[in-house]
Amino acid sequence: MDLENLKDRNIGEQKYRMLDLEPTPTTGWGKFKRVLRRSVKLELLVGLKVTIREMFKALFMGEMHTVKYPFEKLPISPRYRAIHEMKRLLESGHYRCIGCGLCEKICISDCIRMDTRYDENQRKEVSEYTINFGRCIFCGYCAEVCPELAIVHGGRYETASEQRASFSLFEDMLTPIDKLKEQKEYPGFGAVSPNADENIKPTPLAY
Amino acid sequence: MDGYIIGTVIKAILILAVISALAGFGTYIERKVLAFVQRRLGPMHVGPFGLLQILADGIKLFTKEDFIPSGANRIVFMIAPAITAATAFIALAAVPLLPEFEIFGVTIKPIVSDLNIGLLFVIAMMGVGLYGPLLAGMAQENKWGIIGSARTAIQFLSYEVVTGLSLLAPIMMVGSLSLIDFNEYQAGGIGNWIVWTQPLAFILFLISGFAETNRTPFDLLENEAEVISGYATEYSGMRWGMFFIGEYANMITIGFLAALIFLGGFNPLGFIPGGIAIILKVSFFFFLMLWVRSAWPHIRPDQLMWLCWKVLMPLAVINILVTGIVMMV
Repeated sequence: MDLENLKDRNIGEQKYRMLDLEPTPTTGWGKFKRVLRRSVKLELLVGLKVTIREMFKALFMGEMHTVKYPFEKLPISPRYRAIHEMKRLLESGHYRCIGCGLCEKICISDCIRMDTRYDENQRKEVSEYTINFGRCIFCGYCAEVCPELAIVHGGRYETASEQRASFSLFEDMLTPIDKLKEQKEYPGFGAVSPNADENIKPTPLAY
Repeated sequence: MDGYIIGTVIKAILILAVISALAGFGTYIERKVLAFVQRRLGPMHVGPFGLLQILADGIKLFTKEDFIPSGANRIVFMIAPAITAATAFIALAAVPLLPEFEIFGVTIKPIVSDLNIGLLFVIAMMGVGLYGPLLAGMAQENKWGIIGSARTAIQFLSYEVVTGLSLLAPIMMVGSLSLIDFNEYQAGGIGNWIVWTQPLAFILFLISGFAETNRTPFDLLENEAEVISGYATEYSGMRWGMFFIGEYANMITIGFLAALIFLGGFNPLGFIPGGIAIILKVSFFFFLMLWVRSAWPHIRPDQLMWLCWKVLMPLAVINILVTGIVMMV
Protein backbone atom coordinates (compact mmCIF):
# COMPACT_ATOMS: atom_id res chain seq x y z
CA MET A 1 0.00 0.00 0.00
CA ASP A 2 1.43 3.35 -0.90
CA LEU A 3 1.41 6.24 1.50
CA GLU A 4 -1.53 8.02 -0.09
CA ASN A 5 -3.76 5.00 0.28
CA LEU A 6 -2.43 4.26 3.73
CA LYS A 7 -3.42 7.68 4.95
CA ASP A 8 -6.75 7.53 3.17
CA ARG A 9 -7.80 4.13 4.43
CA ASN A 10 -11.05 3.50 6.10
CA ILE A 11 -10.81 5.53 9.31
CA GLY A 12 -13.71 7.73 10.30
CA GLU A 13 -15.92 9.68 7.98
CA GLN A 14 -13.66 12.71 7.45
CA LYS A 15 -16.68 14.93 7.91
CA TYR A 16 -14.82 17.72 9.63
CA ARG A 17 -16.53 20.99 10.35
CA MET A 18 -14.86 24.28 11.05
CA LEU A 19 -15.95 25.91 14.28
CA ASP A 20 -17.65 29.19 13.49
CA LEU A 21 -15.04 31.23 15.31
CA GLU A 22 -15.03 34.91 14.67
CA PRO A 23 -11.80 36.33 13.27
CA THR A 24 -9.36 37.70 15.83
CA PRO A 25 -9.74 41.47 16.00
CA THR A 26 -6.68 43.41 14.97
CA THR A 27 -7.61 46.97 15.80
CA GLY A 28 -7.69 48.28 19.33
CA TRP A 29 -11.34 49.18 19.06
CA GLY A 30 -12.18 45.66 17.86
CA LYS A 31 -10.30 44.12 20.77
CA PHE A 32 -12.07 46.40 23.19
CA LYS A 33 -15.44 45.47 21.75
CA ARG A 34 -14.64 41.77 22.06
CA VAL A 35 -13.59 42.13 25.70
CA LEU A 36 -16.74 44.08 26.45
CA ARG A 37 -18.96 41.58 24.68
CA ARG A 38 -17.37 38.64 26.44
CA SER A 39 -17.62 40.31 29.84
CA VAL A 40 -21.24 41.32 29.46
CA LYS A 41 -22.33 37.98 28.00
CA LEU A 42 -20.97 36.34 31.17
CA GLU A 43 -19.37 33.49 29.25
CA LEU A 44 -17.40 32.57 32.34
CA LEU A 45 -20.56 31.59 34.19
CA VAL A 46 -21.21 28.80 31.69
CA GLY A 47 -18.19 26.94 33.03
CA LEU A 48 -19.42 27.38 36.57
CA LYS A 49 -22.82 26.05 35.57
CA VAL A 50 -21.32 22.93 34.03
CA THR A 51 -19.24 22.10 37.08
CA ILE A 52 -22.07 22.61 39.56
CA ARG A 53 -24.35 20.49 37.37
CA GLU A 54 -21.82 17.66 37.38
CA MET A 55 -21.50 17.98 41.14
CA PHE A 56 -25.26 17.69 41.65
CA LYS A 57 -25.38 14.74 39.28
CA ALA A 58 -22.65 13.01 41.23
CA LEU A 59 -24.06 13.72 44.66
CA PHE A 60 -27.81 13.37 44.21
CA MET A 61 -28.41 11.46 41.02
CA GLY A 62 -26.07 8.56 41.65
CA GLU A 63 -23.72 9.25 38.77
CA MET A 64 -20.52 8.94 40.76
CA HIS A 65 -17.84 7.44 38.59
CA THR A 66 -15.62 5.93 41.21
CA VAL A 67 -15.35 2.16 41.43
CA LYS A 68 -14.00 1.28 44.86
CA TYR A 69 -11.68 -1.21 43.29
CA PRO A 70 -10.72 -3.84 45.81
CA PHE A 71 -14.34 -3.96 47.00
CA GLU A 72 -16.02 -3.51 43.64
CA LYS A 73 -14.82 -4.79 40.31
CA LEU A 74 -15.74 -3.82 36.82
CA PRO A 75 -17.08 -6.66 34.65
CA ILE A 76 -14.54 -8.06 32.25
CA SER A 77 -15.12 -9.60 28.87
CA PRO A 78 -15.64 -13.37 28.85
CA ARG A 79 -12.89 -13.47 26.24
CA TYR A 80 -10.44 -11.76 28.59
CA ARG A 81 -7.01 -13.40 28.57
CA ALA A 82 -5.71 -13.66 32.11
CA ILE A 83 -4.25 -16.54 34.13
CA HIS A 84 -4.81 -19.88 32.43
CA GLU A 85 -7.31 -22.49 33.48
CA MET A 86 -7.14 -26.21 32.83
CA LYS A 87 -10.54 -27.74 32.16
CA ARG A 88 -11.90 -31.15 33.06
CA LEU A 89 -14.08 -33.53 31.12
CA LEU A 90 -17.62 -33.13 32.30
CA GLU A 91 -18.46 -36.83 32.14
CA SER A 92 -15.54 -38.43 33.92
CA GLY A 93 -14.03 -35.51 35.76
CA HIS A 94 -10.63 -36.41 34.32
CA TYR A 95 -8.54 -33.53 33.06
CA ARG A 96 -8.87 -32.90 29.37
CA CYS A 97 -5.17 -32.48 28.67
CA ILE A 98 -3.88 -35.35 26.56
CA GLY A 99 -0.24 -34.35 26.83
CA CYS A 100 0.18 -33.64 23.13
CA GLY A 101 2.65 -30.83 23.79
CA LEU A 102 1.29 -28.46 21.16
CA CYS A 103 0.98 -25.61 23.65
CA GLU A 104 4.58 -26.11 24.70
CA LYS A 105 5.62 -26.09 21.07
CA ILE A 106 3.67 -23.02 19.99
CA CYS A 107 4.38 -20.84 23.03
CA ILE A 108 6.27 -17.88 21.59
CA SER A 109 7.68 -16.76 24.88
CA ASP A 110 8.70 -20.30 25.68
CA CYS A 111 7.11 -20.34 29.09
CA ILE A 112 5.15 -23.64 29.11
CA ARG A 113 6.97 -26.77 30.26
CA MET A 114 5.33 -30.16 30.36
CA ASP A 115 6.40 -33.69 31.06
CA THR A 116 4.35 -36.73 30.21
CA ARG A 117 4.52 -40.44 30.76
CA TYR A 118 2.36 -43.49 30.06
CA ASP A 119 0.20 -44.57 32.92
CA GLU A 120 -0.83 -48.14 33.70
CA ASN A 121 -3.50 -48.06 30.98
CA GLN A 122 -0.92 -46.98 28.39
CA ARG A 123 -2.61 -43.60 28.30
CA LYS A 124 -0.64 -40.36 28.22
CA GLU A 125 -0.57 -38.73 31.61
CA VAL A 126 0.70 -35.26 32.44
CA SER A 127 3.25 -35.59 35.18
CA GLU A 128 4.55 -32.02 35.16
CA TYR A 129 2.89 -28.94 33.75
CA THR A 130 4.00 -25.44 34.60
CA ILE A 131 3.62 -22.02 33.03
CA ASN A 132 6.23 -19.41 33.86
CA PHE A 133 4.11 -16.33 34.33
CA GLY A 134 7.18 -14.16 34.49
CA ARG A 135 7.52 -14.80 30.79
CA CYS A 136 3.96 -15.39 29.63
CA ILE A 137 2.65 -12.58 27.44
CA PHE A 138 -0.95 -13.87 27.46
CA CYS A 139 -1.07 -14.06 23.67
CA GLY A 140 -3.60 -16.88 23.73
CA TYR A 141 -1.80 -19.16 21.26
CA CYS A 142 -1.81 -22.08 23.70
CA ALA A 143 -5.58 -21.83 24.08
CA GLU A 144 -6.01 -21.52 20.34
CA VAL A 145 -3.83 -24.49 19.48
CA CYS A 146 -5.19 -26.85 22.11
CA PRO A 147 -7.16 -29.56 20.32
CA GLU A 148 -9.07 -30.59 23.41
CA LEU A 149 -10.08 -27.12 24.73
CA ALA A 150 -8.11 -28.14 27.78
CA ILE A 151 -6.00 -25.04 28.37
CA VAL A 152 -7.91 -21.78 28.19
CA HIS A 153 -7.65 -18.32 29.65
CA GLY A 154 -9.55 -17.38 32.77
CA GLY A 155 -10.53 -14.12 34.39
CA ARG A 156 -8.03 -13.97 37.26
CA TYR A 157 -6.20 -10.76 36.51
CA GLU A 158 -4.98 -9.94 40.02
CA THR A 159 -1.66 -11.67 39.83
CA ALA A 160 0.34 -9.91 42.49
CA SER A 161 1.84 -12.61 44.66
CA GLU A 162 4.86 -13.51 46.70
CA GLN A 163 5.71 -16.31 44.34
CA ARG A 164 4.93 -16.89 40.72
CA ALA A 165 4.57 -20.54 41.57
CA SER A 166 1.32 -19.70 43.34
CA PHE A 167 -0.44 -19.61 40.00
CA SER A 168 1.58 -21.73 37.70
CA LEU A 169 1.21 -25.34 38.79
CA PHE A 170 -1.10 -27.70 36.97
CA GLU A 171 -3.19 -28.37 40.06
CA ASP A 172 -3.69 -24.66 40.69
CA MET A 173 -5.01 -24.07 37.21
CA LEU A 174 -7.14 -27.20 37.06
CA THR A 175 -10.84 -26.86 37.85
CA PRO A 176 -11.36 -28.22 41.36
CA ILE A 177 -13.22 -31.53 41.18
CA ASP A 178 -16.01 -30.32 43.44
CA LYS A 179 -16.55 -27.26 41.23
CA LEU A 180 -16.93 -29.40 38.14
CA LYS A 181 -20.59 -28.54 37.72
CA GLU A 182 -19.75 -24.84 37.58
CA GLN A 183 -17.14 -25.27 34.92
CA LYS A 184 -17.87 -23.04 31.94
CA GLU A 185 -16.57 -23.23 28.42
CA TYR A 186 -14.30 -20.44 27.34
CA PRO A 187 -15.69 -18.35 24.47
CA GLY A 188 -12.38 -16.76 23.57
CA PHE A 189 -9.34 -17.90 21.64
CA GLY A 190 -9.49 -21.51 20.48
CA ALA A 191 -13.14 -22.01 21.33
CA VAL A 192 -15.49 -23.76 18.98
CA SER A 193 -17.15 -21.22 16.72
CA PRO A 194 -20.94 -20.88 17.02
CA ASN A 195 -21.46 -22.26 13.53
CA ALA A 196 -19.04 -25.14 13.97
CA ASP A 197 -21.63 -27.76 13.04
CA GLU A 198 -22.29 -26.17 9.66
CA ASN A 199 -18.60 -26.09 8.90
CA ILE A 200 -18.14 -29.81 9.34
CA LYS A 201 -18.00 -31.62 6.02
CA PRO A 202 -18.16 -35.35 5.64
CA THR A 203 -14.79 -36.89 5.03
CA PRO A 204 -14.52 -37.86 1.38
CA LEU A 205 -13.95 -41.58 1.25
CA ALA A 206 -12.57 -41.83 -2.21
CA TYR A 207 -9.20 -40.23 -2.80
CA MET B 1 -7.49 46.38 82.47
CA ASP B 2 -6.22 42.96 83.46
CA GLY B 3 -9.48 41.47 82.31
CA TYR B 4 -9.07 43.21 78.98
CA ILE B 5 -5.57 41.81 78.48
CA ILE B 6 -6.59 38.30 79.50
CA GLY B 7 -9.66 38.47 77.29
CA THR B 8 -7.63 39.63 74.33
CA VAL B 9 -5.08 36.88 74.82
CA ILE B 10 -7.82 34.29 75.05
CA LYS B 11 -9.47 35.65 71.91
CA ALA B 12 -6.17 35.66 70.04
CA ILE B 13 -5.42 32.08 71.03
CA LEU B 14 -8.94 30.99 70.15
CA ILE B 15 -8.77 32.62 66.73
CA LEU B 16 -5.37 31.07 66.10
CA ALA B 17 -6.61 27.63 67.10
CA VAL B 18 -9.96 27.78 65.35
CA ILE B 19 -8.70 29.31 62.13
CA SER B 20 -5.77 26.92 61.82
CA ALA B 21 -8.14 24.02 62.44
CA LEU B 22 -10.46 25.48 59.82
CA ALA B 23 -7.52 25.82 57.44
CA GLY B 24 -6.88 22.11 57.86
CA PHE B 25 -10.55 21.41 57.42
CA GLY B 26 -10.47 23.64 54.35
CA THR B 27 -8.01 21.30 52.65
CA TYR B 28 -10.44 18.46 53.27
CA ILE B 29 -13.37 20.47 51.92
CA GLU B 30 -11.36 21.50 48.90
CA ARG B 31 -10.45 17.93 48.07
CA LYS B 32 -14.02 16.78 48.58
CA VAL B 33 -15.60 19.53 46.51
CA LEU B 34 -13.15 19.15 43.66
CA ALA B 35 -13.72 15.41 43.77
CA PHE B 36 -17.50 15.76 43.61
CA VAL B 37 -17.25 18.16 40.72
CA GLN B 38 -15.23 15.56 38.86
CA ARG B 39 -17.68 12.87 40.01
CA ARG B 40 -15.09 11.22 42.23
CA LEU B 41 -15.39 10.40 45.91
CA GLY B 42 -12.40 12.23 47.34
CA PRO B 43 -10.80 11.11 50.60
CA MET B 44 -12.88 8.20 51.87
CA HIS B 45 -10.94 5.68 53.86
CA VAL B 46 -9.36 7.44 56.85
CA GLY B 47 -12.11 7.87 59.39
CA PRO B 48 -15.79 8.51 58.64
CA PHE B 49 -16.09 10.10 55.17
CA GLY B 50 -12.32 10.50 55.19
CA LEU B 51 -12.50 13.17 57.89
CA LEU B 52 -9.43 11.93 59.73
CA GLN B 53 -7.42 12.49 56.55
CA ILE B 54 -6.72 15.98 57.97
CA LEU B 55 -5.15 14.36 61.01
CA ALA B 56 -3.14 11.98 58.85
CA ASP B 57 -1.89 14.89 56.75
CA GLY B 58 -1.01 16.77 59.91
CA ILE B 59 1.00 13.84 61.25
CA LYS B 60 2.76 13.57 57.93
CA LEU B 61 3.60 17.28 57.85
CA PHE B 62 4.86 17.34 61.44
CA THR B 63 7.04 14.26 61.17
CA LYS B 64 8.56 15.06 57.81
CA GLU B 65 12.21 16.00 57.68
CA ASP B 66 12.75 19.72 58.05
CA PHE B 67 15.09 20.28 55.18
CA ILE B 68 17.17 23.38 54.54
CA PRO B 69 19.16 23.38 51.31
CA SER B 70 22.89 23.98 51.70
CA GLY B 71 22.94 27.04 49.43
CA ALA B 72 20.05 28.73 51.14
CA ASN B 73 20.18 31.73 53.39
CA ARG B 74 19.29 29.81 56.55
CA ILE B 75 17.77 32.52 58.71
CA VAL B 76 15.60 34.03 55.99
CA PHE B 77 14.63 30.58 54.80
CA MET B 78 13.52 29.67 58.29
CA ILE B 79 11.50 32.78 59.11
CA ALA B 80 9.80 33.27 55.74
CA PRO B 81 6.95 30.76 56.33
CA ALA B 82 6.35 32.28 59.74
CA ILE B 83 5.80 35.67 58.08
CA THR B 84 3.10 34.25 55.83
CA ALA B 85 1.28 32.45 58.62
CA ALA B 86 1.69 35.26 61.14
CA THR B 87 0.46 38.05 58.85
CA ALA B 88 -2.50 35.95 57.81
CA PHE B 89 -3.53 35.57 61.45
CA ILE B 90 -2.67 39.15 62.44
CA ALA B 91 -4.95 40.36 59.66
CA LEU B 92 -7.80 38.56 61.37
CA ALA B 93 -7.25 40.58 64.54
CA ALA B 94 -9.29 43.51 63.25
CA VAL B 95 -12.02 41.39 61.69
CA PRO B 96 -15.20 40.91 63.73
CA LEU B 97 -15.87 37.22 63.27
CA LEU B 98 -19.28 36.89 64.95
CA PRO B 99 -21.87 39.22 66.48
CA GLU B 100 -21.58 40.09 70.17
CA PHE B 101 -22.80 37.40 72.49
CA GLU B 102 -23.08 36.87 76.21
CA ILE B 103 -21.45 34.04 78.12
CA PHE B 104 -21.47 33.73 81.94
CA GLY B 105 -22.96 37.23 82.12
CA VAL B 106 -20.08 38.80 80.24
CA THR B 107 -20.66 40.45 76.90
CA ILE B 108 -18.01 39.29 74.47
CA LYS B 109 -17.08 41.00 71.24
CA PRO B 110 -15.56 38.36 68.98
CA ILE B 111 -12.95 40.76 67.63
CA VAL B 112 -9.46 40.93 69.06
CA SER B 113 -9.16 44.65 68.61
CA ASP B 114 -11.80 47.02 67.20
CA LEU B 115 -9.40 49.40 65.49
CA ASN B 116 -10.85 52.52 63.98
CA ILE B 117 -8.70 51.83 60.93
CA GLY B 118 -9.63 48.13 60.90
CA LEU B 119 -10.01 47.72 57.17
CA LEU B 120 -6.78 49.53 56.44
CA PHE B 121 -5.03 47.30 58.98
CA VAL B 122 -6.36 44.14 57.38
CA ILE B 123 -5.38 45.25 53.88
CA ALA B 124 -1.95 46.33 55.14
CA MET B 125 -1.38 43.01 56.87
CA MET B 126 -2.34 41.09 53.78
CA GLY B 127 0.09 43.31 51.92
CA VAL B 128 2.86 42.51 54.38
CA GLY B 129 2.06 38.87 53.67
CA LEU B 130 3.85 39.43 50.39
CA TYR B 131 7.16 39.21 52.23
CA GLY B 132 6.64 35.55 53.12
CA PRO B 133 6.67 34.16 49.58
CA LEU B 134 9.07 36.84 48.38
CA LEU B 135 11.76 36.15 50.98
CA ALA B 136 11.16 32.40 50.77
CA GLY B 137 11.74 32.37 47.05
CA MET B 138 14.82 34.54 47.25
CA ALA B 139 16.39 32.69 50.17
CA GLN B 140 16.29 29.18 48.78
CA GLU B 141 18.77 29.44 45.86
CA ASN B 142 16.50 27.80 43.37
CA LYS B 143 15.54 29.25 40.03
CA TRP B 144 11.93 28.16 40.38
CA GLY B 145 11.83 29.84 43.76
CA ILE B 146 13.14 33.07 42.26
CA ILE B 147 10.60 32.97 39.44
CA GLY B 148 7.87 32.17 41.92
CA SER B 149 8.79 35.02 44.21
CA ALA B 150 9.03 37.42 41.27
CA ARG B 151 5.55 36.41 40.26
CA THR B 152 4.41 36.84 43.85
CA ALA B 153 5.77 40.35 43.91
CA ILE B 154 4.12 41.47 40.68
CA GLN B 155 0.82 39.74 41.41
CA PHE B 156 0.39 40.85 45.02
CA LEU B 157 1.58 44.40 44.45
CA SER B 158 -0.60 44.86 41.39
CA TYR B 159 -3.73 43.42 42.86
CA GLU B 160 -3.36 45.30 46.13
CA VAL B 161 -4.00 48.40 44.06
CA VAL B 162 -7.26 46.94 42.84
CA THR B 163 -8.27 45.75 46.30
CA GLY B 164 -7.64 49.15 47.80
CA LEU B 165 -9.34 51.10 45.03
CA SER B 166 -12.36 48.82 44.93
CA LEU B 167 -12.82 49.13 48.69
CA LEU B 168 -12.50 52.90 48.52
CA ALA B 169 -16.03 53.37 47.18
CA PRO B 170 -17.73 51.45 50.04
CA ILE B 171 -15.47 53.26 52.50
CA MET B 172 -16.64 56.57 51.07
CA MET B 173 -20.25 55.52 51.51
CA VAL B 174 -19.83 54.26 55.05
CA GLY B 175 -17.44 56.97 56.11
CA SER B 176 -15.43 54.71 58.39
CA LEU B 177 -12.69 52.13 58.20
CA SER B 178 -13.93 50.03 61.08
CA LEU B 179 -15.51 46.81 59.97
CA ILE B 180 -18.06 47.02 62.76
CA ASP B 181 -19.25 50.31 61.29
CA PHE B 182 -19.56 48.58 57.93
CA ASN B 183 -21.70 45.97 59.59
CA GLU B 184 -23.93 48.52 61.28
CA TYR B 185 -24.33 50.47 58.04
CA GLN B 186 -26.04 47.41 56.55
CA ALA B 187 -28.16 46.62 59.59
CA GLY B 188 -31.47 47.21 57.81
CA GLY B 189 -31.75 43.86 56.07
CA ILE B 190 -30.94 42.56 52.64
CA GLY B 191 -31.99 45.78 50.89
CA ASN B 192 -29.27 47.68 52.73
CA TRP B 193 -26.41 45.48 51.61
CA ILE B 194 -23.62 47.44 49.95
CA VAL B 195 -23.46 44.90 47.15
CA TRP B 196 -26.62 46.43 45.65
CA THR B 197 -25.18 49.93 45.55
CA GLN B 198 -21.62 48.85 44.73
CA PRO B 199 -21.90 45.75 42.52
CA LEU B 200 -18.84 46.67 40.50
CA ALA B 201 -16.74 47.17 43.61
CA PHE B 202 -17.92 43.79 44.87
CA ILE B 203 -16.84 42.01 41.69
CA LEU B 204 -13.52 43.85 41.61
CA PHE B 205 -12.89 42.99 45.25
CA LEU B 206 -13.68 39.34 44.61
CA ILE B 207 -11.36 39.17 41.61
CA SER B 208 -8.49 40.83 43.43
CA GLY B 209 -9.23 38.72 46.51
CA PHE B 210 -8.77 35.61 44.39
CA ALA B 211 -5.48 37.04 43.15
CA GLU B 212 -4.26 37.93 46.62
CA THR B 213 -5.05 34.54 48.05
CA ASN B 214 -3.43 32.83 45.09
CA ARG B 215 -6.60 31.04 44.00
CA THR B 216 -7.10 29.43 40.69
CA PRO B 217 -7.62 31.86 37.88
CA PHE B 218 -4.54 33.59 39.28
CA ASP B 219 -2.57 30.72 40.83
CA LEU B 220 0.67 31.62 39.13
CA LEU B 221 2.81 31.65 42.28
CA GLU B 222 3.12 27.93 42.73
CA ASN B 223 1.93 26.62 39.46
CA GLU B 224 3.32 23.12 39.17
CA ALA B 225 3.30 22.94 35.41
CA GLU B 226 5.40 26.06 34.99
CA VAL B 227 7.44 26.80 38.11
CA ILE B 228 7.36 23.47 40.01
CA SER B 229 6.03 24.88 43.24
CA GLY B 230 7.16 28.48 42.91
CA TYR B 231 8.36 30.02 46.15
CA ALA B 232 7.65 26.79 48.06
CA THR B 233 9.83 24.56 45.88
CA GLU B 234 12.49 23.79 48.48
CA TYR B 235 10.16 23.74 51.47
CA SER B 236 8.99 20.60 53.17
CA GLY B 237 7.30 19.50 56.33
CA MET B 238 5.84 22.05 58.69
CA ARG B 239 7.49 25.03 57.04
CA TRP B 240 5.59 24.27 53.88
CA GLY B 241 2.55 23.61 56.05
CA MET B 242 2.80 27.14 57.44
CA PHE B 243 2.59 28.57 53.93
CA PHE B 244 -0.42 26.40 53.40
CA ILE B 245 -2.14 27.43 56.61
CA GLY B 246 -1.40 31.07 55.82
CA GLU B 247 -2.95 30.70 52.40
CA TYR B 248 -6.10 29.10 53.76
CA ALA B 249 -6.34 31.64 56.58
CA ASN B 250 -6.12 34.35 53.91
CA MET B 251 -8.95 32.70 52.03
CA ILE B 252 -11.05 32.78 55.19
CA THR B 253 -10.09 36.43 55.78
CA ILE B 254 -11.13 37.39 52.26
CA GLY B 255 -14.39 35.53 52.79
CA PHE B 256 -15.02 37.46 56.02
CA LEU B 257 -14.11 40.77 54.40
CA ALA B 258 -16.42 40.19 51.44
CA ALA B 259 -19.23 39.13 53.75
CA LEU B 260 -18.74 42.06 56.14
CA ILE B 261 -18.23 44.79 53.59
CA PHE B 262 -20.66 43.81 50.87
CA LEU B 263 -23.08 41.17 52.09
CA GLY B 264 -24.39 42.57 55.34
CA GLY B 265 -21.89 41.05 57.75
CA PHE B 266 -23.27 39.43 60.85
CA ASN B 267 -26.65 41.09 60.84
CA PRO B 268 -29.51 38.62 61.30
CA LEU B 269 -30.82 37.44 57.98
CA GLY B 270 -34.58 36.98 58.34
CA PHE B 271 -35.01 34.14 60.79
CA ILE B 272 -31.31 33.19 60.65
CA PRO B 273 -29.36 34.65 63.58
CA GLY B 274 -26.38 36.80 62.71
CA GLY B 275 -23.68 34.36 63.76
CA ILE B 276 -25.05 31.63 61.53
CA ALA B 277 -25.62 34.15 58.72
CA ILE B 278 -22.00 35.25 58.54
CA ILE B 279 -20.76 31.67 58.74
CA LEU B 280 -23.03 30.80 55.82
CA LYS B 281 -21.75 33.77 53.83
CA VAL B 282 -18.10 32.95 54.49
CA SER B 283 -18.77 29.31 53.62
CA PHE B 284 -20.32 30.45 50.36
CA PHE B 285 -17.24 32.48 49.48
CA PHE B 286 -14.99 29.56 50.41
CA PHE B 287 -17.08 27.29 48.23
CA LEU B 288 -17.00 29.86 45.44
CA MET B 289 -13.20 29.74 45.45
CA LEU B 290 -13.25 25.95 45.10
CA TRP B 291 -16.02 26.11 42.52
CA VAL B 292 -14.08 28.56 40.40
CA ARG B 293 -11.00 26.42 40.75
CA SER B 294 -12.89 23.46 39.39
CA ALA B 295 -14.26 25.36 36.41
CA TRP B 296 -11.76 27.83 35.08
CA PRO B 297 -8.25 27.51 33.72
CA HIS B 298 -5.64 29.86 35.06
CA ILE B 299 -4.38 32.74 33.01
CA ARG B 300 -0.95 33.72 31.71
CA PRO B 301 1.19 36.20 33.66
CA ASP B 302 0.90 38.79 30.92
CA GLN B 303 -2.87 38.40 30.91
CA LEU B 304 -2.77 38.79 34.68
CA MET B 305 -1.01 42.13 34.36
CA TRP B 306 -3.24 43.17 31.47
CA LEU B 307 -6.34 42.37 33.51
CA CYS B 308 -5.08 44.26 36.52
CA TRP B 309 -3.77 47.45 34.97
CA LYS B 310 -5.87 47.83 31.85
CA VAL B 311 -9.23 46.56 33.04
CA LEU B 312 -9.69 46.32 36.77
CA MET B 313 -7.82 49.42 37.88
CA PRO B 314 -9.55 51.79 35.42
CA LEU B 315 -12.88 50.26 36.34
CA ALA B 316 -12.13 50.77 40.04
CA VAL B 317 -11.18 54.39 39.44
CA ILE B 318 -14.32 54.99 37.40
CA ASN B 319 -16.34 53.36 40.16
CA ILE B 320 -14.84 55.72 42.73
CA LEU B 321 -15.52 58.73 40.50
CA VAL B 322 -19.13 57.74 39.91
CA THR B 323 -19.65 57.04 43.59
CA GLY B 324 -18.17 60.41 44.48
CA ILE B 325 -20.33 62.25 41.96
CA VAL B 326 -23.46 60.47 43.16
CA MET B 327 -22.61 61.25 46.78
CA MET B 328 -21.98 64.92 45.97
CA VAL B 329 -25.21 65.37 44.04
